[in-house]
Amino acid sequence: MTLTLKIWRQKGPDAPGRFVTYEAGDVSPDMSFLEMLDMLNQDLIKKGEEPVAFENDCREGICGACSVMINGQAHGSKRGITACQLHMRLFNNGDTVTIEPWRAKAFPVIKDLVVDRSALDRVMQAGGFVSVRTGAVPDANAVPVPKENADKAMDAAACIGCGACVAACKNASAMLFLGAKVSQYALLPQGHPERTRRVLAMVEAADKEGFGNCTNTSECEAACPKEISVTHIARLNRELLRAALRA
Amino acid sequence: MALDSKIPSGPIQEKWEKHKFDLKLVNPANKRKYRIIVVGTGLAGASAAASLGELGYKVEAFCYQDSARRAHSIAAQGGINAAKNYQNDGDSVYRLFYDTVKGGDFRAREANVYRLAEVSGAIIDQCVAQGVPFAREYGGLLANRSFGGAQVSRTFYARGQTGQQLLLGAYSALMRQVAAGQVKMHARTEMLDLVVVDGYARGIVTRDLITGKIETHLADAVVLGTGGYSNVYFLSTNASNCNVTATWRAYRRGAYFANPCFTQIHPTCIPVHGDKQFKLTLMSESLRNDGRVWVPKQKGDKRPVGQIPEGERDYYLERKYPSFGNLVPRDVASRAAKQVCDEGRGVGSTGLAVYLDFADAIARDGEAVIREKYGNLFDMYENITGENPYKQPMRIFPAVHYTMGGLWVDYNLMSNLAGLFVIGEANFSDHGANRLGASALMQGLADGYFVLPYTLSAYLAGQEKVEIGADHPEVLKTAAEVRERNAKLLALKGKRTVLEIHRELGLLMWNDCGMARNEKGLNHAKARIPELRDEFWKNAIVPGSGEEFNQALEYAGRVADYLEFAELLVDDALHRKESCGGHFREESQTGEHEAKRDDDNFSYAAAWEFAGVGKPATLHKEELEFEYVKPSQRSYK
Ligand SMILES: Cc1cc2nc3c(=O)[nH]c(=O)nc-3n(C[C@H](O)[C@H](O)[C@H](O)COP(=O)(O)OP(=O)(O)OC[C@H]3O[C@@H](n4cnc5c(N)ncnc54)[C@H](O)[C@@H]3O)c2cc1C
Ligand code: SF4
Ligand code: FES
Repeated sequence: MTLTLKIWRQKGPDAPGRFVTYEAGDVSPDMSFLEMLDMLNQDLIKKGEEPVAFENDCREGICGACSVMINGQAHGSKRGITACQLHMRLFNNGDTVTIEPWRAKAFPVIKDLVVDRSALDRVMQAGGFVSVRTGAVPDANAVPVPKENADKAMDAAACIGCGACVAACKNASAMLFLGAKVSQYALLPQGHPERTRRVLAMVEAADKEGFGNCTNTSECEAACPKEISVTHIARLNRELLRAALRA
Repeated sequence: MALDSKIPSGPIQEKWEKHKFDLKLVNPANKRKYRIIVVGTGLAGASAAASLGELGYKVEAFCYQDSARRAHSIAAQGGINAAKNYQNDGDSVYRLFYDTVKGGDFRAREANVYRLAEVSGAIIDQCVAQGVPFAREYGGLLANRSFGGAQVSRTFYARGQTGQQLLLGAYSALMRQVAAGQVKMHARTEMLDLVVVDGYARGIVTRDLITGKIETHLADAVVLGTGGYSNVYFLSTNASNCNVTATWRAYRRGAYFANPCFTQIHPTCIPVHGDKQFKLTLMSESLRNDGRVWVPKQKGDKRPVGQIPEGERDYYLERKYPSFGNLVPRDVASRAAKQVCDEGRGVGSTGLAVYLDFADAIARDGEAVIREKYGNLFDMYENITGENPYKQPMRIFPAVHYTMGGLWVDYNLMSNLAGLFVIGEANFSDHGANRLGASALMQGLADGYFVLPYTLSAYLAGQEKVEIGADHPEVLKTAAEVRERNAKLLALKGKRTVLEIHRELGLLMWNDCGMARNEKGLNHAKARIPELRDEFWKNAIVPGSGEEFNQALEYAGRVADYLEFAELLVDDALHRKESCGGHFREESQTGEHEAKRDDDNFSYAAAWEFAGVGKPATLHKEELEFEYVKPSQRSYK
């Protein structure tokens, strides 16, 4: 099939960007979305033009590197998958596809579809850990964890840090990402000693990075490739309240 | 130079404890005077950088991704082994040691493997303390499953995301050290060369992937945790940016590269679908716990699955290996798949696939149980293929997955270059000629958390502290060579894209040096690789400039290194005339087509020394001694 692609091109962080239209011919339904972009880039390189910069690594939906808005939706229209998992059989011959980078104040564009998401690392540095040193920890089975809690913690831990939740939110809020991280630790006994400090520090760090507030529109959950539930935001809010009462 | 593996004396059970006691220590107050470079933030690099930071060293950590959390380790699905014996099924440190030595087809160093098994339990303790959400049983204790090549349940897992959860644990420890000012993280920074002064590793030259700036970083020791080289085959299950550059550049500066031909082909990947494909997707080995592998008994049987009666199906793994069945090690399962496809019994449009069938498991346990265990893998399969594996068997085929070869290291994980340490998949040590499932994660974390922090400290304590200035001639020369090479790459304005040349190299390697190798094919590859390399340097196209974000330039540099490295891999495969583990030489097989080792002539690790591009490398041998696990014909019958 043949598709018309409208792709955001931007030379650098301070350069102005614009949409450029390309034609992608010979697209097979078995191709992944990124393979379709690879093919376009091969053509561009042969024509002496600059290929489109886009981020990717694992191509298995787990590293969180690929980060593109496809027709206005983070990671494309199919729920519960990343852009690299999207396959061309979901498109039709003749479709026009718009491809843009994540847009958020905390994620400045580096080039074309590549943005700087280091803000998420800095939020993690503020408290996204359990303060244990290597060695000198108890036996792994010393503290039983109810399966239900372990499973819920795993649901939260599935977050791949892609930032789609931020990109999908009209306030560019990182609450789903934060909620996932805070919930994982709140649900496990290992996370309890630092519970109060962690939630306050991480939320403060997110504010400082310029992520917006949550106004409960749940766009984040719809965009999240790991289907992280907004109930984790509710737990984050409870943790915040609890911390505020103690602080 | 003679290779000294520095294996401590004494009984194997006591070597590591004794060695740890004998190792010199660095005075706590002095630790902050030492600067250590750690390249790589996968399980090996992140755990090492965090642990060294905690000890008080000044650590500089590097990765080319935008965040340390995205290292390739994130993709590991199945699990991590540890000899906890929580299942009371007869596991022990000794059994894990035994299985790993045997699994590696007697080409690993016994002392290293024993240490690996010995520290495996502490890894699980560490990860749980960090908040890694491993799977648990209703009683609240940790759950286990069994994995290829083992008859006990010793594999710990976190749904199908074990790698991600372990890496996030190590990454969180790393972020804690970044916040504490102990580790400086350089993301989006690629190491392009190693600085060696008078035989000592003293630093690295890097390129800032955003600005393109070439920079030099100096240190008292350099640690490489830069992963494996599967992408020399172009199509593999590795992340698309995985590459050999860091270890290859170190090799060119004098570090020995050991056993490059030991590559692992994983039996359960989604088959290739077209000629535009860029990477292959792994279906976790854990699926073989419940899935049954089969092909039709009849050659060329193209009937749809449902029309092939039970009696006309060949469950060939269960037939050939009754005691391990579908759980035989990867090399055995892969070769068996190749064999049935070579016989014309492969399925699917290309005939290069076999079935992995869950019908019996679903009938036995119900769909809900299977969904709970493998839901995300089934979803992934459906996404990619458009077929529903709850309704029809998966089609799978082997693909390149892991590389056992890597830079040679001694028992202390130090290469032959003083001050250069190599950990995780980047070194050659613990898996021999074949890696068992769930043991790479174990090795990466063992190296980073529990081995390197001790051995590296001892190295520093045993050295006089030398300050090398940024203006040292060797430092300036190395940086100048990196700039020159980039300029050469950017001057390439030929007709073929780098990707096309990489794909051609990969296909050549797969055909001539893949699942089965013979002298004729290897000689063909050996002749063809230099031609391809020449073509690259004459006819490739590299767009853009060096002073900007330029993914095409990054890629070109990596492929240029693969084009040199591939030749060493093939030379190693040619010289090793025996079959062992993942290295199957057709000339050396038993009557039943199993790999036939030649212990009289090849019971050594082959460590190669660089002699110039296109020139034969010099071979150094580390003879392997097996005191505890006596070499035997590996049998999984
Ligand atoms: C799909 C898949 C599934 C797997 N599943 C399992 C499993 O279930 N169990 C198991 O035990 N093993 C599994 N493995 C194997 C295992 O994941 C890897 O062997 C292991 O994670 C490697 O870890 P590492 O730390 O050595 O390197 P990696 O995780 O590959 O990390 C390499 C790091 O080095 C950096 N780097 C590399 N070169 C440079 C450079 N030049 N400059 C700067 N930085 C550089 C990268 O940025 C990255 O941070 C799997 C592998 C694959 C491909
Ligand atoms: S919560 Fe979901 S969308 Fe947000 S970063 Fe995590 S995985 Fe991505
Ligand atoms: S490339 Fe890793 S999630 Fe898409």
